[in-house]
Amino acid sequence: MDTTVKTGTEENVWGGGSDKKPLGASYGKMMMWFFIVSDALTFSGFIASYSFARFKFADSWPIADEVFTHIPLFHGNYPMIYVAFMTFVLIMSSVTMVLAVDAGHKMKKNSVIWYMFFTVIGGAIFVGSQAWEWATFIQGDYGAIETKGGRILQFVKADTGERAALKDFATPLDEERIDHTNSKGVWFFGETTLPSFSVNEVVTGFKANPNILVRTEDIVQEGERKGHKTLLNRSESLERLAGSKYVVEGANLIHNEYGNRLFADFFFFITGFHGFHVLTGVLINIIIFFNVILGTYERRGHYEMVEKVGLYWHFVDLVWVFVFTFFYLV
Amino acid sequence: MAHEHKLEIFRGRWKFKNNIQKIWGVLLFLTIVTAVEVVLGIYKPAMFMSPFIAPFEPGFFGSSMNVILSPFIYMKPLNLIFIVLTLVKAYYIAWDFMHLRDETKGLRRAIVWTPVFLIAYLVFILLAEAGYIYDILGSEFVKWNF
Repeated sequence: MDTTVKTGTEENVWGGGSDKKPLGASYGKMMMWFFIVSDALTFSGFIASYSFARFKFADSWPIADEVFTHIPLFHGNYPMIYVAFMTFVLIMSSVTMVLAVDAGHKMKKNSVIWYMFFTVIGGAIFVGSQAWEWATFIQGDYGAIETKGGRILQFVKADTGERAALKDFATPLDEERIDHTNSKGVWFFGETTLPSFSVNEVVTGFKANPNILVRTEDIVQEGERKGHKTLLNRSESLERLAGSKYVVEGANLIHNEYGNRLFADFFFFITGFHGFHVLTGVLINIIIFFNVILGTYERRGHYEMVEKVGLYWHFVDLVWVFVFTFFYLV
Repeated sequence: MAHEHKLEIFRGRWKFKNNIQKIWGVLLFLTIVTAVEVVLGIYKPAMFMSPFIAPFEPGFFGSSMNVILSPFIYMKPLNLIFIVLTLVKAYYIAWDFMHLRDETKGLRRAIVWTPVFLIAYLVFILLAEAGYIYDILGSEFVKWNF
């Protein structure tokens, strides 16, 4: 290729003076790979630090199957099903993306348009599912007590072994809890939503209801209940409840009713960062989608742009495969 | 742009007539792998729940073997299966969807080996350190579980 620039839309220029492009890849594709490799290292950093926290608390880490058990519009306990669906949606939208790239190689404009459209729809379903997953996680389902040491105590019905929600046993007491307002405090910014029950109400309800037991974060290492969380008896439960400090409902960056708060922190951080990638991927796909409709790549003579966003889109899928394994399976 | 595609996966054991068929074939394979993961994750077969090999007695030989065989000694086989299946899925996504199979060998190696070395290094250091902290937390010098 000669060193003169031909047209404004010529994308495939390698001005290095030889007919051969380095590694047989165009400049744009090479830069996309540079970005993907560095982004892969960022995600690896996140997942490795998640593993660090998990190894550190190896025998008290929350069990994912007990945390992510919901499906939209259905009641009941269905671990894994919804995430499996999300994974499938993302892989499917990867497939339509490859089909778009393939149609682009053959210069079939209409096929590219349709495949890009399905890719965008798949991505939107995935982002929506992730938002729903976040909302469910933030809302929480059973509620728990946080101790002075920051540990989580959950409640179980002794006869059935099922989890007990706070509202099942907490005794409403006519306690005055006066809202803090700006006029009463010197250093006052605002007040967060109060939990439905106070610590006192939960503990009183626990004492009144002999069918409730406390479940700690520790995972049983030996014997019949190996792999499950430790169940205390009544007297041990009361002893642990003496150290109660907060009532926790749902999860945020500071409190987490499912167990170790680092679990919630990493969940928000890693799936959030991934969801942000999916969101930008969808936006970029939409831009490319309209460019295809407008005929930009038809005039340019090749659909390499579709291939490049395709690489990014597959990378997002690739990251999700790892997030799925390390957050939901292992 | 690589217009010519390599149309076989599993080292030539499964050949396709054209690129579109190959895409659907890979989708089928990835779906099966994911389904296997989900089924294993829900039912958690008891045979995969405790490590296959017991740790060796500490000593020069034993400690080295404990490090070399650590995935089989300290890890539940189920988790090992999940991680291996994940890497298999990652391979097919990168090779067929991101069409690394059709790129030059140099580009492929530059893309794969750079992160692999860095990640292996980072993971080794972080997990070794985390294992040490886990021991400290269990040694009664620190009170954290109250």
